[in-house]
Amino acid sequence: MLELKHLSFTAADDDKKDIIRDVSLIIPDDRFVVVTGPNGGGKSTLAKLIAGIKTPTGGQILLNGEDITNKSITERARLGIGFAFQQPVRFKGIHVLDLLRIAAGKQLSVTDACEYLSEVGLCARDYIGREVNASLSGGELKRIEIATVLARGTSLSIFDEPEAGIDLWSFQNLIEVFKKMRGSIKGSSILIISHQERILNIADEIVVIRDGVVARQGTKDEVYPQLIGTASAVGDCIKRGPGKTEGGAQ
Amino acid sequence: MSGQQNQTQKPFSFQFNTKFDEIQKRLLMEVADLHAVPEGAYNIRSNSQMAGRASTANIEIVSKTDVSGMDIYIKPGTKNASVHIPVVMTQSGLKEVVYNDFYIGEGADVVIVAGCGIDNCGTQDSEHDGIHRFYVGKNAHIRYVEKHYGSGSGAGKRILNPGTEVYQEEGSSVEMEMVQIKGVDDTVRETKAELAAGAKLVVRERLMTHGEQRAISTYTVSLNGEGSSADIVSRSVARDTSYQKFDAKIVGNAPCSGHTECDSIIMDHGRILAVPGLEANDLDAALVHEAAIGKIAGDQITKLMTLGLTEEEAEEQIINGFLR
Repeated sequence: MLELKHLSFTAADDDKKDIIRDVSLIIPDDRFVVVTGPNGGGKSTLAKLIAGIKTPTGGQILLNGEDITNKSITERARLGIGFAFQQPVRFKGIHVLDLLRIAAGKQLSVTDACEYLSEVGLCARDYIGREVNASLSGGELKRIEIATVLARGTSLSIFDEPEAGIDLWSFQNLIEVFKKMRGSIKGSSILIISHQERILNIADEIVVIRDGVVARQGTKDEVYPQLIGTASAVGDCIKRGPGKTEGGAQ
Repeated sequence: MSGQQNQTQKPFSFQFNTKFDEIQKRLLMEVADLHAVPEGAYNIRSNSQMAGRASTANIEIVSKTDVSGMDIYIKPGTKNASVHIPVVMTQSGLKEVVYNDFYIGEGADVVIVAGCGIDNCGTQDSEHDGIHRFYVGKNAHIRYVEKHYGSGSGAGKRILNPGTEVYQEEGSSVEMEMVQIKGVDDTVRETKAELAAGAKLVVRERLMTHGEQRAISTYTVSLNGEGSSADIVSRSVARDTSYQKFDAKIVGNAPCSGHTECDSIIMDHGRILAVPGLEANDLDAALVHEAAIGKIAGDQITKLMTLGLTEEEAEEQIINGFLR
């Protein structure tokens, strides 16, 4: 179980903008939780605070009752937090198999490594020996990124906008991956940052983050119907009215 | 002729005239992946002495008489054969210049494994300057692997100054893999190549310097014939206070294509100078240079830390991959 207590994060740059403001949240075990909300609302920052990539300026983070607020990324990873980046990192010379072995923390056999790739819809034979470099497309990288989280087998897996940078056709398959993960969630929990209806649709719980605070939280059946076509889902555009797009283009 | 030659296709069976100690065996493993006497033609040089040699029916190794070194003759059409010529030095204070000339016959296809390992536990500098010249016949193909390695805790430096000259006839191709990852204090590497029509040269250099080491690598490749091509890629890491200079020049004297790339990671107080050099003397010479130097990307380290590695372990994985 993950517990956030009065978590805050203020940007260190000149603006000193409050990105996350006094967020308290509980992600229980065996739950598939989707965090959604308008762009710039603080969703990705929240995910990075949980993984330790960013350090909160206030509040506490507890994982299974243990205070991990001051623990490093490595320590949190070892305690069971997995994190899939919105924009997966490329590495020169590191192969897909290497990355999966690092993720698994053992000398994964090629057959086992291939299993993880197959699960994310990649033809394992074609990818296992590839370099995780610029020769891979955005969609391929994203799937490999998700495979590394699967290989870790963590108790809390966080996915930061898995749909970002993926074409519609590839995304269709990814939904199946997440459905499958949900099916075998026992003993772990999944936190996905997403705008995608299809992902929201398979959530146990939905949390709406807006302007750095929890705007709404509840079961899918409670929150989802209110979201579709509302300001919570599409953000400021609607409030500004038609024709008033960002940047002033009319 | 001081070289030994046999008349069968089978590798020559040879008794070492020097018994290798553990350090020498380790050096041989590092530079030539040798665990035992290699198959095919070989010459092992240990502390400036010949410690073993074998020629085969198609590959003849002959000692030079005027200077230190060998002439290696590979018969035209020789296929699937290898030549190992490792050098190991374990005596402190040795200094040597060795000239090895390779004559590769038309249409031959061979692997040549060179390399030098120095273990210096003494206070005097140990230095091996190997000058290798390759005369590559028409349509011949060679793969040349050269590994350099230094070890030992003495104050004396481990110095390696390799000189490589490659003369490629029409349609020949040469692949060179140059590796220097550990322990060599000072290196000045000079590589020159001249390519005739349709000849192809591919170089992959991997280099890591640490401590106060210095490594300078200079390439001058002349593409003289129509359709000749060169692809020279260096990947290097400079750690601690070490210094590297990569100076690669491709001269296009005919319709040809050339590419050089220097991709480097700097760590600690390491310094790297990359000097791009392209000279086109023909309208249809297409030449490209790429150079990038920078520290390890922070997001790469972060990603590996989210997989459970410490920052140091993450750096190690990134460097290992980069220099693979």
